[in-house]
This record gives sequence, structure tokens and C-alpha cells, in this order.
Amino acid sequence: MTDALLTGADASTEVPLKRRLRRAERTRQVKALALVLPLLVFLLFTFAGPIAGMLWRAVDDREVRQVLPQTVVALANWDGKDLPDEKAYAALAGDILAARASGTLAIAAKRLNYALNGFRTILTSTARNLKAAPEPGTAKETLGKINPAWRERTTWTTIRDASGPVTGFYLLAALDLTRNVDGAIVAASPDQAIYRDVFARTFLISISVTALCLILGFPVAYLLATLPPGRSNLLMVFVLLPFWTSLLVRTCAWIVLLQSRGVVNDSLHWLGIIDEPLRLIYNRFGVCVAMTHVLLPFMILPLYSSMKAISPAYMRAAASLGAPPLTAFLRIYLPQTLPGIGAGSLLVFILALGYYITPALVGGAADQMISYFIALYTTETANWGLASALGAVLLLATILLALVYGKLVQGQQVTGGMKN
Amino acid sequence: MLKRNIALGFAAAFSASAALATVAQARDLTVVSWGGAYQDAQKKVYFEPFKKAAGIAMNDESWDGGVGVLRAKVQGGAATWDVVQVESDELAVGCEEGLFEKLDYSKIGGEAAYIQPSVNPCGVGAILYDFVLGYDKDKLKEAPKGWADFFDTKKIPGKRALRQGPKTTLEIALMADGVAPKDVYKVLATDEGVDRAFKKLDTIKGDLVWWKAGAQPPQLLASGEVAMTSVYNGRIDTANKNEKKNFGMVWDGALFTLDSWVILKGSPNKDAAYKFLDFAGKAENQSKLSENIAYGTSNKDAAALIQPAVLKDLPTAPANIKNAVEINVAFWLENIDRLTERFNKWAAK
Repeated sequence: MTDALLTGADASTEVPLKRRLRRAERTRQVKALALVLPLLVFLLFTFAGPIAGMLWRAVDDREVRQVLPQTVVALANWDGKDLPDEKAYAALAGDILAARASGTLAIAAKRLNYALNGFRTILTSTARNLKAAPEPGTAKETLGKINPAWRERTTWTTIRDASGPVTGFYLLAALDLTRNVDGAIVAASPDQAIYRDVFARTFLISISVTALCLILGFPVAYLLATLPPGRSNLLMVFVLLPFWTSLLVRTCAWIVLLQSRGVVNDSLHWLGIIDEPLRLIYNRFGVCVAMTHVLLPFMILPLYSSMKAISPAYMRAAASLGAPPLTAFLRIYLPQTLPGIGAGSLLVFILALGYYITPALVGGAADQMISYFIALYTTETANWGLASALGAVLLLATILLALVYGKLVQGQQVTGGMKN
Repeated sequence: MLKRNIALGFAAAFSASAALATVAQARDLTVVSWGGAYQDAQKKVYFEPFKKAAGIAMNDESWDGGVGVLRAKVQGGAATWDVVQVESDELAVGCEEGLFEKLDYSKIGGEAAYIQPSVNPCGVGAILYDFVLGYDKDKLKEAPKGWADFFDTKKIPGKRALRQGPKTTLEIALMADGVAPKDVYKVLATDEGVDRAFKKLDTIKGDLVWWKAGAQPPQLLASGEVAMTSVYNGRIDTANKNEKKNFGMVWDGALFTLDSWVILKGSPNKDAAYKFLDFAGKAENQSKLSENIAYGTSNKDAAALIQPAVLKDLPTAPANIKNAVEINVAFWLENIDRLTERFNKWAAK
């Protein structure tokens, strides 16, 4: 019916109206796209690009290829069962001499040292003692004499496994896994298997802080949403004041409050409640307290906005239909605040995951979260492969959790609303 | 119409960035150091007098270290820094990675003018400083004698603070366990030595607090949070001078290290950079720095120009350096990742 109307409406032109409408629509879309294009390009270059670049570094493995090219080629067909043949030794000797001349040997040494501790010394001492290219046929003997490590199979499998151009080495390391001499994936040595624990700790702290924020923030948001505007605005200022204060200042304030001769301990001591100062800082307790304080506004604001939209009439209706207060709250009020709870919790949780300054200042050595290690490998030891791999695992885990969480909250809303 | 406007916008943006790029080409010499009281002292004795003497415009900025930062600066292709003061491990790694210019010592007074540990192909020593045992004289009845007392909670009760991470911590633990300063790295190079260090740390694990930034130890001492801490010697001196504290330090078994000046690879202001390094390397200028802040310096003749009263509190004073260990850069380059993982494993137990 509408079709007939549309096509018959304008007989004077050849082009049917429907198509012209579509064309006009397309022009509008193009114009709209042109308006957001600058932002899109900006985001691509400043956000998506760098993230992709960092993720790429987690698998990028070209250092050894560039520094020891002949060796990599010579080892390509090696079965890894016995020591490689004379050709590989000669190739390595040539590569080491060339790398020493161009000053690039340390780059390979650094990469190989990640996989086999002590490789730095093996390469540098070999380069120091290798005066000239060995006579043809004697490379194996010469290198073995300079450093007995060249008679070990693991030395060579390490070079082969680092031949690139891409590697799973860093990602495996971020999950406390490694490849053994035969290339099978095995657990890392107990002294070096720390990252699973650190990830677990990161998620545990984030979940605790989210729960604390929800428990503390819910009543505050309720109060803000139900008070008359004048007083609620005053309270809102109190919520926003810490929000506007520097993170560092707030964290240091907690140090002053919680340290063993700080305000809290001194007050308790003066009241005669304790004899010895309590350990409130440089441990998990201090981290949770300080992070909860810093992140509380991020929970209160979404909760407040969702509660503001709930009409008081619903609760009155529930009461008039005979629901006891608790039932009315659980069946009527709580389901309507779910979007706020969902948004607030997700916001706080994801912000908490990346926390760095606060745990660094008020936590102990056993409370450092994954961001501490990412920062350590990024700036201090410049092991960017491992830093990127840790970041990639964190990103993936966070995305998965956010998806699961989104599904859960949505499901709740469908079943828990006023439909039943 | 819209298209043309966008094109114009792009053109404007490009010409603006091109203009900015030419500005970057012709920027002033930029020197980067560690900030705080130290950079204030440097401003007074190096930066300002250099501007006047050489007639060269220069800016100074501060940073928090990390070879990753320098790598990003140089590989990013638009390094805005020329001369940077770096720690010894940054110097070694950056030198290997080709982030720094190879120094021509003939332009800065020749290698013979400097003490031996400060001469490096990529950098020249700026200051020498120590990690010492620091304590508050007002709070402790009995002054600690060395790292062995640091681990003796019966003799001196209270908490202790060390720098978070394996570096300096393991050396201190071994010295407390009776290893002579000169043998520390020999022992630490073996697996038994590492185990021994962690075993020693286990004895006071419950009383340890970890600091991360150099400003924290004096604060921990001042608040009474800890009885003793490892600390940069300059920080103790500054707290005593500026905040009227009564902190003491133990030079025996101190760990010393050097910071060096480097010129970033591809710096457009290389000539001005050399002139600055030459100025900052002269004995008469370095002696003024030591009088402002308690760090030892790299010029051989600087000590002779410093008043004896100041000299006795410097890391380079003969009595103070006699039983000190230089932090072994080569050892830490090879083992930092492995031992950091092990340290964190131990801390989480």
C-alpha cells in the first residue's frame, strides 16, 4: 500500500521516490560520517593503533633473526635431537663476529637471556674470546673450548626457539608456562611462576573493592536520591570533593591516618582500646581501604542516577498491596536499581584492575597488582615483550569478565523486574 | 562545500604540524635530571652559571628514570631531550641498544680528568652516591653498627624498610649474614648464595616494610614507622639540614653507584651538549655541587677543593668508601628478571 503510494506519487521524474529518498538519506549519512570522521581518525591513531602495536609486541620476536641471521637459517632444518652440525657452528661464529663489529650483539643477548638465564654472559664472553673466524671445519671445537655452553643442546634450542618472526614465548611466560628442550609446553619453574598468582590477586583485590564500594555506596546513593534537593546537593558536594582531589594526595592522606603512629592508631591507643599499634597499612587492608575511598564516587554516581528515576509511587503501591518492607525492597526497588548497580560495579571493577599508584604506596610487597609488573617491565627492565603479554592477558580477561557480567545483569533485569 | 572545508582543515592541520616540526628542529638545549632538591642544586651550580658563561639558551626538565622511557623517546623519532642523567643500568642497557651518542672525551677534558668508574663510552659520571643504613638518633637508644644489626630485632626492636625488589636487598641480606663486602657478588652469583640471602630475609620478614621511591625512607623514619631503613645518603643529609632532623647513617657496607650524563642519539644540539658536559665536568663546578648536596662527584680534582667539614659526609671521602660495594650492573642486567620473579614469589608466601 505504501509502496504504491510512493512509486505513484511523482510520475514526472524517471527516478522513483523510494530511490530518491534513499539517496537523500545516504547523503545525510555521509555528512554525518564526515562530522565524526576527525574523532574517528583521532581515536584510531591515538587509541586503537597504539594498543594494537603494544599487543603485537607480545608476539613479535625478530631480534635474534636480525642479529644472528645465518645461525637462524642453519638451525631451520635441525631436528634438535643431537648437537647441530659444523655448519651451524660456523654460521654462529660468523654472526657473532659481524654482530660484534656492528655492536648489535647485546640485543640478541638480552632476548636470549629471557629464555635462558646466563645467555648474556655466554654470548659476550664468546664474542670477547673469538679473535677471528675459525678455520673451516673447526668451528664446533673452537666455540666449545671458548664456552662449554656451546656443547649443550639447551643452548641451541634456545636460539632456535627465539628465531621468530613471531613467538608465544612471552604469552606463555605471562601464564607461568614455558617450552622445554623438546618444545613441549610445561609449567615454569616454581621460583618464576608468579603471574597466575598476581592475576588472581589483582582480580581478588578488584572484586573486594567493588563489593565494598557497593555496600558503602548503595545507602549513600539512596539518601542522595530521596532527600530534598537542597540537602542532597550539599551531600553531593561531599561525594564529589574527594573525586576532585588528586589521587596521590588522597593516598598519602591514608598513610598519615593509618600508619602505626598515625591518627587512627593514636586515637585507639588514647581511648585505651589497644596497647600495641595495629598494622593498618603496607598490607592488603590498607590497599582495600584506600582504593575503596578513591573509587567510591564512581559507584555512587551511577547508582544515584538510576535511583533518581524510580518513582516513589511503586514502593507505596507495593506497601498498599500488603508487601512487607523487605519484600517490597527486594522485589520492587532493587530490580529497578540493577542498571545502576551494573554500571557502577563494572566501572569500579575495571578501574580497580589497572590500579598502580595506590597499591604501590600503601601496599606491601605481596599486594602489588599486575600493573606494577607491567610498569616494571616497561620502564625499568625494558622487557617490552613480557610487559605487552601481561597487558594482553589482562585485557582479554577483563573483556571476558565484562561480557559475562553484562549477560548476568541483563538476565537479572528480564526475570527480576516487575513482570513476576 | 563540506568536502572543501574538510580539505582546508586538513591542509591547515598539516601546515601547523609542519611548522611545529621546524620549531622542534630549532629547539634549545634540553637537559634532564632527577628533580627535587638535587635538581635545585644543579640549577644553582650548573644550569644557571652555564647559561651565563656560555651564552647558550637551555631548559631543564626532570624524569623518574627507566630505560624504556629513553627507548620510546629515541625510537619515537622526535626526542625532545638532549642531555639526560641516567642510572648505571640505564647507561649499560641504553649503550647496548644504541640509544646514546658515543662520547668524545677530548671535548670534555679527557678521560684522565675523571675517576675510573665514571668513564664509559656512552656517558660520563655525574655523581656517586650510596645506599646507606639510616636511622633516627632521637629514637634509637643504641646506634646500629651495620647490616647485621639491621637484622637483629632483639637488639633493636621495631620495623625495618628496604627498597622493594631484589636489587640492593639481596646484597644487604648477604652482608648481614657475614659475607664480606668485596665477596657479595661472588656469593650472589651462585644459587646457594641467592638461597642464603632469602633465608636471611626470612628471619625478619614480618618486620619488613618496602619502599619504592627515594622520598619514602626519610618519611618512614620521621613518622616512627620504622626503626631503620636503607636510604640514599643525600636524602638523610637533606632531612637533617632542611627539616632539622637528627638522622644518622652507617657507611660500613654501603652500596654505591654512579649516575652519568648521556647525550641522546641524534640530538640536534650536540655541540651545545658537549659544552654543557665540559662545564659540568670541571672540578671547580663539581665541588660547588657537593657543598650544596651530599653527593660525591666524578672529577678527580674536585675533592681537593671541598672543605674538610663537607668532605667527611660525602660518599667519596676515603673513610666512607673504604668498605662500600659498587652495585654490579653486569650482574643485575643478567639476573634482574629472574630474581625479581623470585623476590615476588618470596614476598607473596
